[in-house]
Amino acid sequence: MSRFLRRDIIKLSAVLGVSATLPLNVSATTSAMQDAMTELFGKLPETSDQIQIEIPPISENGYSVLVDIMVDSPMTDTDYVKRIALFSERNPVPLLSVYTLSPRSGRAHITNRVRLGGTQSVHGIAEMSDGRLITASAKTLVTLAACVVL
Amino acid sequence: MSNAMRISAPKTATRGEVIELKTLIQHDMESGYRLDSRGEVVPRKILEKFECFYNGEIIFQADFQRGIAANPFLTFYTKATESGTLRFKYTEETGKTFEESVEITVS
Amino acid sequence: MKYLAFGIGLVLSACGDSQTTRDAPAPMPLKSGTEFLTLETQALQADTFANPAMLWVDRGQTLFTKPVDMGMGIEKACADCHSETTRPLTQSAAHFPKLDEKSGALVNLEEQINLCRIRYQNTTALDYESQDLLALTAYTAHQSNGQAISVNATPKTQKNFENGKDYFFTKRGQMNFSCAQCHDENWGKKLRGDTISQGHGNGFPAYRLEWETIGSLHRRFADCDRGVRAQPLELGSETYTDLELYLAVRGNGLDIETPAIRR
Repeated sequence: MSRFLRRDIIKLSAVLGVSATLPLNVSATTSAMQDAMTELFGKLPETSDQIQIEIPPISENGYSVLVDIMVDSPMTDTDYVKRIALFSERNPVPLLSVYTLSPRSGRAHITNRVRLGGTQSVHGIAEMSDGRLITASAKTLVTLAACVVL
Repeated sequence: MSNAMRISAPKTATRGEVIELKTLIQHDMESGYRLDSRGEVVPRKILEKFECFYNGEIIFQADFQRGIAANPFLTFYTKATESGTLRFKYTEETGKTFEESVEITVS
Repeated sequence: MKYLAFGIGLVLSACGDSQTTRDAPAPMPLKSGTEFLTLETQALQADTFANPAMLWVDRGQTLFTKPVDMGMGIEKACADCHSETTRPLTQSAAHFPKLDEKSGALVNLEEQINLCRIRYQNTTALDYESQDLLALTAYTAHQSNGQAISVNATPKTQKNFENGKDYFFTKRGQMNFSCAQCHDENWGKKLRGDTISQGHGNGFPAYRLEWETIGSLHRRFADCDRGVRAQPLELGSETYTDLELYLAVRGNGLDIETPAIRR
């Protein structure tokens, strides 16, 4: 946690508190992430196995974690993925990135390296051309180096 | 010296083939959370946006936040439609841009 | 009779002493730091495209072929002296640190590059740990990938070797640990979430995930020192180069893997 200031995280959770309605079964710590999701898409997504997130079960270091996102979609002019967004449950800034695709993409499959501030699940949301919002998540255990240089 | 960038793209493809594109660029992606040796915050400086253009038309865009790792690595796909140029462009939040292009022959 | 035994004992111990001063007891079996990484990190290191340290190898290649202004209208690039047929660098990294005959000093690869710049390109040395020096060192060492380390202490570098060995076995810092305690005696065991490696330098300059960038072996030494809460030495210091020599002799036989990925 040398990179992310602990007091920033404490400040953030104090400010946000707990959301009034929680359609997804989540704890208060992920409310910041849900707020970020609603801010971006206007509504919360529904879980679906049409989208898959792959992440190593153990991450050697939180500074470099490879996330693999795949959406089962024919990517035709009438049925394609418009956007994919990646969210972190624990990072100070929940939104990691947004990817904009089109039927020209051919395949909705993206890999990207992210920073994760501790063991957590990474959530991916795909915005489909018919307006559906689907989500999946994957968890990784982030280990710290033995000799942490502070 | 400009930031080193690597691009992986096939040199040839058949029309309609879905090809994998990979890109890697040297950049600190300074998060704005780090403290320097004097205990002061090192200001945030990240790459905000990545765009890929295929013969001038945008085919993919990624908008990065500070949780993206340093020296970002990104892979995505596109359909090979015609011969031409694939341009990879990164935009830093300062406005500075980094670009490289590769040629592709589609038959 | 007992005086004879005593005398023999003295002679034997003296022989033993001269042997141990050139000895760099290697942990057995010899294992590169790569073997202590997770499978994903190993795969990243082996990925010739995605290994982030390759960005510096690319930069190093550009610098290697870029002509340097020597003054008087002459320009010379590293590549002008070092090609595949003339003074090839395909074996170089496997033999450093070594003695620089001219100055009588022990030099590592970084220092050799700077000596070349001063003597043969009539230009200034690059700062230790600067992006350009890291890039050039990474590029040069990368040419020796797959070559086994082959370094020995010679009579002229004996003192350096002993100094480096001494550093390796001296306990230091608030935690009062020596390099040997972790990397000779406890390698393979867990320290928090980490598995302790044997502490070899065969992959350096390496991309350390902790640094989010590439760094020299000296920088790693400084982090090791800070890790046991000891005062780190300056990067480019003679003692760190002496320590590099000891590690190289200790790691003889390991393949150069630059640029490696490390935690």
